Amino acid sequence: MLSPEIYALLFKALLDTLYMVAVSGLLGTALGLPLGVLLAVTGRGELLQNLAFNRVAGVLVNMTRSTPFIILVVAIIPFTRLIAGTSIGTAAAIVPLTVAAVPFIARIVEGAVREVDRGLIEAAQSMGATPFQIIRKVLLPEAMPAIALGLTLSVVSLIGYSAMVGAVGGGGLGDLGIRYGYQRFLPEVMLAVVIVLIVLVQIVQSTGDWIARRVNKRNLKS
Amino acid sequence: MITFEQLQKTYPSRGTGQPVQALADIDLTIGRGEIYGIIGRSGAGKSTLLRTVNLLEKPTSGRVLVDGVDVTALSARALREARHSIGMIFQHFNLLSSRTVFDNVALPLELAGVAKAQIRATVEPLLDLVGLTDKRDRYPAELSGGQKQRVGIARALASKPKVLLSDEATSALDPETTTQILHLLADINKRLGLTIVLITHEIAVIKEICHKVAVMENGRIIEQGPVFDIFAHPKHETTKTFVDPVINRGIPDSLRARLSATPVPGSNMVLRITFTGERATSPVISAISRKLNLDLNIWHGQIDEIQGAPFGTLVVEAIGNPQSIEAAISLLNVNKLGVEVLGHAVPGNLRAAV
Repeated sequence: MLSPEIYALLFKALLDTLYMVAVSGLLGTALGLPLGVLLAVTGRGELLQNLAFNRVAGVLVNMTRSTPFIILVVAIIPFTRLIAGTSIGTAAAIVPLTVAAVPFIARIVEGAVREVDRGLIEAAQSMGATPFQIIRKVLLPEAMPAIALGLTLSVVSLIGYSAMVGAVGGGGLGDLGIRYGYQRFLPEVMLAVVIVLIVLVQIVQSTGDWIARRVNKRNLKS
Repeated sequence: MITFEQLQKTYPSRGTGQPVQALADIDLTIGRGEIYGIIGRSGAGKSTLLRTVNLLEKPTSGRVLVDGVDVTALSARALREARHSIGMIFQHFNLLSSRTVFDNVALPLELAGVAKAQIRATVEPLLDLVGLTDKRDRYPAELSGGQKQRVGIARALASKPKVLLSDEATSALDPETTTQILHLLADINKRLGLTIVLITHEIAVIKEICHKVAVMENGRIIEQGPVFDIFAHPKHETTKTFVDPVINRGIPDSLRARLSATPVPGSNMVLRITFTGERATSPVISAISRKLNLDLNIWHGQIDEIQGAPFGTLVVEAIGNPQSIEAAISLLNVNKLGVEVLGHAVPGNLRAAV
């Protein structure tokens, strides 16, 4: 069985993971949601067509998304230092996690917003809605079930990414698994880490599914 | 209320294709309080024309006057303001799935910045008007098609518009629901004096509630006028193909087979007589038969009602001497009945020879 010290480490690691995922998830949503909406509405033939912006933002998003996360963590160390004051530790790890989360969430939101029936946009325009009103009162509420599922997926991905920030002293469950389970050859620690991660992902997914069902009014039975 | 002046709409060519002319030389005036129907096959340009009224579709040239204001010349802000007085309903309803019935109807008022209490005071009578008070907190997914369109109508009326645009509003509904929705529209037109412009590909819709109709083909209006006149005397071929099935101007195929365009020995002239308005009820046929000593063999007949006025057609084979037939035709003309020579009836035993 695990010793009390290992339990304490496991608990600390869980808190670190929750802290990193929660903060980067919130910041990622705060930045990714508007970016995703902008990507959707500036496309060709869309509400606020702006192809220059759309293309530049699209390329930036793709660049970030195509960089493997572990490389991104190392590559943006100067930027991390600029923002967090240091490049090492749990707080510093939030920077690369957020940088990875923003484009991920933006693409998911873009997809969800594009799925909204064009007829609804036309109806809102016929009522004299401004583009901003259309985004706030039509596009976002109608895309909300898809956005909720997409954010759930993002959080699950962030939990996965957070395992890699041990490389910059980020701590967390993944780091614990590598250092104790692998490097010190304690398979029971590895197993415990994996079990905690599985439970964590399950909880996140079930909560996300529940929220998405709650906000979806499309499949109600009369 | 609405005037289209020299309206043109051309879509630029895509790739190597030709530019598409969606609207050409549209001149049309729609009076206040009218229910004006625009009919055409898909691709005729009717949907494009309807959308120029609230400028969802920007014309290439020409003007659209709504209540004296040229909407094509408005700034973005003034246009949004003008759109508050032009309601629109859609084939697929376009309700927000995330909002209840009440909140869907409230949407245009929210967009216009109306206070909550005022919204309630406006929306609730509207729900009553369309008969959906008991569904106020339901979501669109819980409603039938007809109920969804009622929500659409209430929503379109929320900002107290002067004009209601209807884009194939009954095309996704079953016949019974279609009739109910059309009656609701006619009722609103009468009660609120609302001008309604509706587009459809179903002539039955025109017949049911429209006062006037325009027929469109290839981006042009090929015929327009009061519904009764268009039904009674369609001039253009396309109009005839729309009108014929409803008022059954055609004759059965078995009889058509006996028609020849030119006289043959032993043939009799076949006439189509059209009765309109109060003349539909006057006993002209028997009078002619008596006075001119003509036998009128009735082939086919139909009486119908368009916009509350009786309308009938009768196809007869006139048997008698040619002078009497000439006299009968002029007598019918004097009585302002429509007469048309369809051809000459070939006697049954001579058919093989023709």
